[in-house]
Amino acid sequence: MTQGRKLLGHIALLVPPFGWLGVFYLGSLSVLLLSAFWQVDAMSGEIVRDWTLDNFRILFSDTTYSIIARRTTGIALLVTVTDIILAWPLAWVIARKVGPRLKLTLLVLVALPLWSSMLARIYAWRLILGHDGVLNWGLRLVGLPDQNVAFTNIALWIVFSYLWLPFMLMPMVAALERIPASLLDAAGDQGATPWQVFRTVVFPLAIPGMAAGSVFTFAVTQGDYVAPMLVGGAGSEFIGNVVYSNVGVSGNVPFAAAFSLVLLGMVAAYMLLARRFGAFDAQ
Amino acid sequence: MKHARNPAADMTIWAAAIAVLGFLLLPLVIVLLYAFDASSVQVWPIRALSLRWFAATWADEEVRSALLVSLEVAGLATLLATVLGTLAALGMNGLSTRSMQAGSFLLTLPIALPGVLTGIAMNSFFSLLDIPFNFITLVIAHTTFCMVIIFNNVMARLRRLPPSLREAAQDMGATPWHGFITITLPLLAGSVMSGMLLAFALSFDEVIVSTFTAGSETTLPLWIFGAIRLGQHMPEVNVVVFAVIAITILPIIAGQKLAASASREH
Amino acid sequence: MKAYGTLLLATCSAILTTQFSTAAHAQAPLSAIGKSEGDLNVVAWEGYADDAWVKPFEEKTGCKVHRKYVGSSDEMVALTRMGGGKGFDVVSASGDASLRLIFGKTVQPVNTALIPAFDDIMPELKAPGFNTVKDVHYGVSYEWGPNVLMWNTKDITTAPTSWSIIYDKAYAGVITVPDNPIQIADAALYLSHTKPELGITDPYELTQPQMDAVVALLKEQRALVKKYWALASDEVDLFKSGDAHVGAAWPYQANTLRAAGVPVQDTIPTEGATGWADSWMISAHAQHPNCAYLWINHVMTPKVQAQQALSFGETPANTKACAEMDALQPGSCKQYHADASPAYFSSIKFWKTPVRQCGNGQNTCLDYSAWQRAWQQVKQ
Repeated sequence: MTQGRKLLGHIALLVPPFGWLGVFYLGSLSVLLLSAFWQVDAMSGEIVRDWTLDNFRILFSDTTYSIIARRTTGIALLVTVTDIILAWPLAWVIARKVGPRLKLTLLVLVALPLWSSMLARIYAWRLILGHDGVLNWGLRLVGLPDQNVAFTNIALWIVFSYLWLPFMLMPMVAALERIPASLLDAAGDQGATPWQVFRTVVFPLAIPGMAAGSVFTFAVTQGDYVAPMLVGGAGSEFIGNVVYSNVGVSGNVPFAAAFSLVLLGMVAAYMLLARRFGAFDAQ
Repeated sequence: MKHARNPAADMTIWAAAIAVLGFLLLPLVIVLLYAFDASSVQVWPIRALSLRWFAATWADEEVRSALLVSLEVAGLATLLATVLGTLAALGMNGLSTRSMQAGSFLLTLPIALPGVLTGIAMNSFFSLLDIPFNFITLVIAHTTFCMVIIFNNVMARLRRLPPSLREAAQDMGATPWHGFITITLPLLAGSVMSGMLLAFALSFDEVIVSTFTAGSETTLPLWIFGAIRLGQHMPEVNVVVFAVIAITILPIIAGQKLAASASREH
Repeated sequence: MKAYGTLLLATCSAILTTQFSTAAHAQAPLSAIGKSEGDLNVVAWEGYADDAWVKPFEEKTGCKVHRKYVGSSDEMVALTRMGGGKGFDVVSASGDASLRLIFGKTVQPVNTALIPAFDDIMPELKAPGFNTVKDVHYGVSYEWGPNVLMWNTKDITTAPTSWSIIYDKAYAGVITVPDNPIQIADAALYLSHTKPELGITDPYELTQPQMDAVVALLKEQRALVKKYWALASDEVDLFKSGDAHVGAAWPYQANTLRAAGVPVQDTIPTEGATGWADSWMISAHAQHPNCAYLWINHVMTPKVQAQQALSFGETPANTKACAEMDALQPGSCKQYHADASPAYFSSIKFWKTPVRQCGNGQNTCLDYSAWQRAWQQVKQ
């Protein structure tokens, strides 16, 4: 078989999927890019296709938007770190501590939330964190003072960490599973303490898993508007909320597009960073 | 593992793992519990239990039609994504690492970039072309972000194949259809199936992209959002979640088993 | 797949020529109501398409109702425009949305001869400026009411009489107000009483200095607000869970909370209130025009008018609804002013879209996009 035919074969296989992506996805992104330089007529709501940088001028001159962008990024990073920390013990247990049966059960339990409405689960957090909710009920039961986190950024941080935890757990389980037991035994045999084994063997090998999970936790938190809308309070506006309210509420697609480009830039930068840590290599 | 024979450390790890699992499941338990709430406004603790919302939900035509739309969209999007994702994986198998990374990066974009971005981009795209929002736009959008799931699964499987079989798969584009059906496809079936289940789940619960591409169609998550807005049908939402879990628990277990056996076949 | 092919073609032509298609021309209004098309796409306020009257409508006409709810006029406008307005048939637009829909050519003229109840509409609402332009009717007035002050009577025992309570530091952390740029008008109405030197005469006509004063007040308020509610259920939850004790509300939330046993009370404070007057309008690209007319005729019947009024806590436009209201809930006709006192009607500052032209003929007022930006700055 000639190289030429082989290449042709590859191309024949790749045309449908990348044609689809090229038309519908890259096509959409380019329209978004274009419309960021347009404007909208306030009264009729029609898009005026005159080239302008006004949207960006407003974005960068009005401190409102930089406050929102900083808040969004800050919480997204916090959620990512939280999920990495939370995922460790459970991922370790699932990957290395249990037999196949229990492992299956645990994996099903981790996947279960993904099959049940995200909206309903976010909503359930209101019932937990609310002033007369489950958490305060429990605190009163053991004689502790009430907390007041409902509709704050703390609530948002908890809910986001909760929502994306399975997406951090899965790649970490996969990464930890792949560490050869012989490697750990060898390290132990040489007299390394558990902490040393963790630091020098386990942790470095788990980095691609954490990087892969963090792409998800970071990017999805950055672009979400549902959780801020349902469990956030005054001062919980996210970039996603501004984008959503400009499209879904005030019909100002160009401005929303401009702000999404900022979002796009930040997420793309993060993805490129994560790639250096092997987020897209292993699976 | 000699180093882990430290009972205190072991206990701590287990305790932490169980606590995290509890954190992961608590809200779900609440949702399921409140399916049996007698009241229409949820208050903690539950004041009275009842099955009346099960009957009410079953009788609710809107829920049924939303469920149907969701099943259709998720089903169709999964099928399309399966074909496209598998083709992408087979086509990229054997290419240089650089082009593989680039391809995988591109395929990951629709799911890694925030939903609100994908949603508004597709919204502007379809609006610009004067294409009305309906079932088809919904399926197109969902297919786009489901593709990568299948791709990842199939790619992972191809990587684990013995070199001889892998090369056979590499010549895929050039070998006869017959070889594909009899040799390659059976090898990939497990990973394709578990990918399909995940893709289906993803599409079935998607809210944000759907909001921007659904037009007047109402999928189940969009119905749930509507119910949450009104605040008067919350128990019905819980019943729906309950029913969806009850129906899907078997496929989830099957999917995890498939994934587990696929990863064991080294 | 034919759709797929068309799509590809359309993409290519759009990218190559950057020729953009304009919206198709609006349909002419119906001259007679024909056979039901079997479906009706409704965009409505939360609480405006209740099963209580949707089910009988579906049975009677065979039009299956598909509902989309919105919580603000902006959302309503955006949703109806999505997909060139082909995604909906009827919309329950408030006065601040209706003009935008008319000027945006999103809605079509209504043939009032096909609406028997039109003659029974109270005189003020037959051809109001927000749904009738140059003597052409683009909508049928439906219901109207005030935005009220609501509080939990267990936490706040002396009934407040002024909007000042939602700007009061004593209630920091237990206040909730709507997440809606038109909320600026509420603050402007309050300032027009407490700071007459600003010269605010109409809360929807604000000059830049007046807006600055309003925004300053609202930014102070932000520190006291627990949550800006975007959905009616947000506020219901906030009061139910004890996270909010006082706030600006629709009567709908007060009714829902009382029905759930939460002790709340609502009132129109002494400064007066903003409010809404809603109209049903038909999409310029309605796919189911017969069902659209059938729907409007259904919801304009005295019975549905009364049901809607009582469930939301507002006043029907149809003057014949009074008896039906009293039949459903004795005394409710008077309670909700359905015996139509013109004085009460004129006491409400109805929502309208802020435009550059002030009432005094000058062009110094801020238009709605400025309001939207200001609101974003308030919320941060």
